[in-house]
Amino acid sequence: MKPDWRGTLPQLEDLARKLGLEWSPVIFEAVPDSFMTEIAVYGLPVRMPHWSFGARYIYQLLQRHMGYSRLFEVVFPGNPGRAYVASSNGLADNILVSAHVLGHADFSHNNMMFRRSQDQGAEHIIEHAASHARQIERDIEAHGFEAVERVLDAALSLEQYIDIDRGLRRENYAEYISAPAAPTDDAFRTRFASLGADDKPAASQRRLRAPLPPHPEKDLLWFIATYAPDMESWERDIFLAVRAESFYFYPVYATQTMNEGWASYWHARLLREADFIPQDTYLDAIKCHSDVVRPVAAEEQIALAVNPYHLGFTLWEEIIKEGGVEYARQIMREDDDFSFLRNHLSKKMAADMGLFRFQKQSHGPVKVLDQDIDELREALLHEKYNFGAPRVSVAEVRSNGTLVLEHNSEIDRRGLETESARKVLDYVAHVWRRPVVLRTVDAMSKAIELTTDPATA
Amino acid sequence: MPSDPSGSAPADIPNAVNDWYELFSRGSRDWLRHSEKIRAAVRDHLPQVVASSDIIGDGARTVRVPVRMLEHYRFKLRPDANAQGVGQGSAKPGDLLGEANAGNKPGNKGAGGTERGGPELLLEFKVDDIIDWMWEELQLPNLQPRAGQSDESEWKREGWDRRGARSRLDRRRSFKESVKRRSMDSANKGLIDEDLRFRQLTRRRQPALRAAVFFLLDVSASMTEADRQLAKTFYFWVAAGLRRVYRSLDIVFIAHTTEAWEFSESDFFKVSGSGGTVASTGLGKVSEIIKARFDPNSCNVYLFYASDGDNAMDDREAARVELENVAKMTQYSGYVEISSGLRGSQSETSKLFDAVAALGLPSGRCSIRDANDVASAVRHFFTREAQAAAASDVAP
Repeated sequence: MKPDWRGTLPQLEDLARKLGLEWSPVIFEAVPDSFMTEIAVYGLPVRMPHWSFGARYIYQLLQRHMGYSRLFEVVFPGNPGRAYVASSNGLADNILVSAHVLGHADFSHNNMMFRRSQDQGAEHIIEHAASHARQIERDIEAHGFEAVERVLDAALSLEQYIDIDRGLRRENYAEYISAPAAPTDDAFRTRFASLGADDKPAASQRRLRAPLPPHPEKDLLWFIATYAPDMESWERDIFLAVRAESFYFYPVYATQTMNEGWASYWHARLLREADFIPQDTYLDAIKCHSDVVRPVAAEEQIALAVNPYHLGFTLWEEIIKEGGVEYARQIMREDDDFSFLRNHLSKKMAADMGLFRFQKQSHGPVKVLDQDIDELREALLHEKYNFGAPRVSVAEVRSNGTLVLEHNSEIDRRGLETESARKVLDYVAHVWRRPVVLRTVDAMSKAIELTTDPATA
Repeated sequence: MPSDPSGSAPADIPNAVNDWYELFSRGSRDWLRHSEKIRAAVRDHLPQVVASSDIIGDGARTVRVPVRMLEHYRFKLRPDANAQGVGQGSAKPGDLLGEANAGNKPGNKGAGGTERGGPELLLEFKVDDIIDWMWEELQLPNLQPRAGQSDESEWKREGWDRRGARSRLDRRRSFKESVKRRSMDSANKGLIDEDLRFRQLTRRRQPALRAAVFFLLDVSASMTEADRQLAKTFYFWVAAGLRRVYRSLDIVFIAHTTEAWEFSESDFFKVSGSGGTVASTGLGKVSEIIKARFDPNSCNVYLFYASDGDNAMDDREAARVELENVAKMTQYSGYVEISSGLRGSQSETSKLFDAVAALGLPSGRCSIRDANDVASAVRHFFTREAQAAAASDVAP
């Protein structure tokens, strides 16, 4: 009988505990490659149906067929956590994978962003996602496929528009703001009051209706689900379902470099110290490890992208070498990718890794710019801000119900691409059921307004 | 954890895989929905499909239409031609890197995936489906096949008789007779001669449901490759539309310059000639073949002539006579002017067809400037033809 990787798992766990890792129990499940691909595409083992996933799925299948990367594992944090491993993994792959999974489990159990999202319900994200999918199946039965699809078109296109700081569960805005109380302490008013007027004005009885929204609102999904004038309740529920899943996805997204680096560090270390693993299995596993964390594909000398596994792995190795495991665990608990790279990617590390900043030129080759560390950090993080999406927020709702969205082109430094923006407005106008306006800038940085009116669309 | 395929090959399947996962693929389900949506989108752009479809030879039942994957739109920034990024490797500031080095290795996981575009797909559509859509979308009328006084007849089954050839014995019917008889008269045995029933055949006159269509193409030097492609596309859709109506459709391909030749379909669209245009030769060939092979009384004959409109001046009278001659034998004679260039005055050939139409003969013309006009030309013809058919039904 061939040795089963599950046989070594308890020993690996003991070793991990000895090295200070702590995690909630993880359930392992081996699944076919096609299912791994689906998990990668949908982000969750069970998720609502939508045609855009189908397009991505085929795209992924093509990539796999053409020999690009395949997935070994996906872990879903929770209590218990769930790890899906590809059934096509070899023995050595799976020993590596189970060590890797322990690293992830440790990370998601301790990292602040994950803890917060777990407290907000992500602990049971798989169950929640399954119930969302069921809810949407019921909606399809009740309201027809096309109607549900149109709502999902809108909700999923705004997937990244949540406000992580304000959290998953939010109160509605206060409906009124109290008018500023009339000042009573200046000399004139004091004297006036002392004259003993008969009819005192009722003290601050005036209430003012609060503007909607009272401040620019980032959480478009929540705002639309809460304040859309004529949305059906089942449509609101779809928006909220998509939103809940986005809250789960955010920490995964915002700690990708740290998290993958951490898991890669620990799988390497666990395997190195695991004397119970046969030598040849260890060598196979280590080869697999070096494929994962190598900076550039084997045949290339230079890559115009940075492999987050490599970047994270290199940083953690350095941090642990310099400051020890306890110091590293502290960072792991408190940081996300933004603070992690800003605080710990040093000039020397960047130079050792050979990181450089480049600029595409509209015609001709790519130009290598510099290796300035501040610029490098910023360029690495640039794409990741705001869940990787342009900054669009709700500016106001006009008295006729028109929804006004505002794109912050100052921070994004460019306007929105109008063709796709218009299509998104069409999606949104369908559920908002009133005109929707978007303010952004054109190619010449001149302010423009795009409008969609569902009545004429 | 993604990996390059250079990693160790799958050695063994370590534990039982839950078979349930193989049963249902969400990815495929949603992909089917995507394809459905593409089909709907294609349907909304029929004229372009008609124009761009790559129609292959003889009796093609499907066409291939290139389509892009549908994009699920999101807000995105304008593309930045001078975008900056971070790379890794042995490059020094100031180096210029070719695009070839742009090895991209996305570590894709979780949400926020914004990969766009993707490969172009070739979708295959059944020609019949597209034709049906065209009829729906363009609200084209269905032609009534016109029944000629046909002498075409065929044997049809009709009725039963007690005598007949053994091969026409209707066993079911015979057995029924036997049951009937035995229920009246219990004293009897199985099947007797009285019970036997034989199918009968009679000869019936069939209305002519045959049609022949002549595709006459000017291949003189002035017709470019693009012009011929337009004519080909037009011919294809006309033939497909006529096939909806007629059980059997004969297609005759004739090309002409100063002479005329009949071609097989496969050769027809490869023909390119040189020299001038003498339309009367082509029209003469058409009437010659009609007389030889198709009796206008039993067969609906259609002519479609595609040309750029230049005809030799000295051929004017001869062509007029030939066209008149042909028009008398056809259900319809159509002229499609392929005018990819600019044209000022009315062309020689279009005057010719106008003259014939003025005589009250069933003919018409329209022009195609580019691929997008093909659908409207097809529509033009079928609408007219349906009106003409309706009118002729009223007439005695």
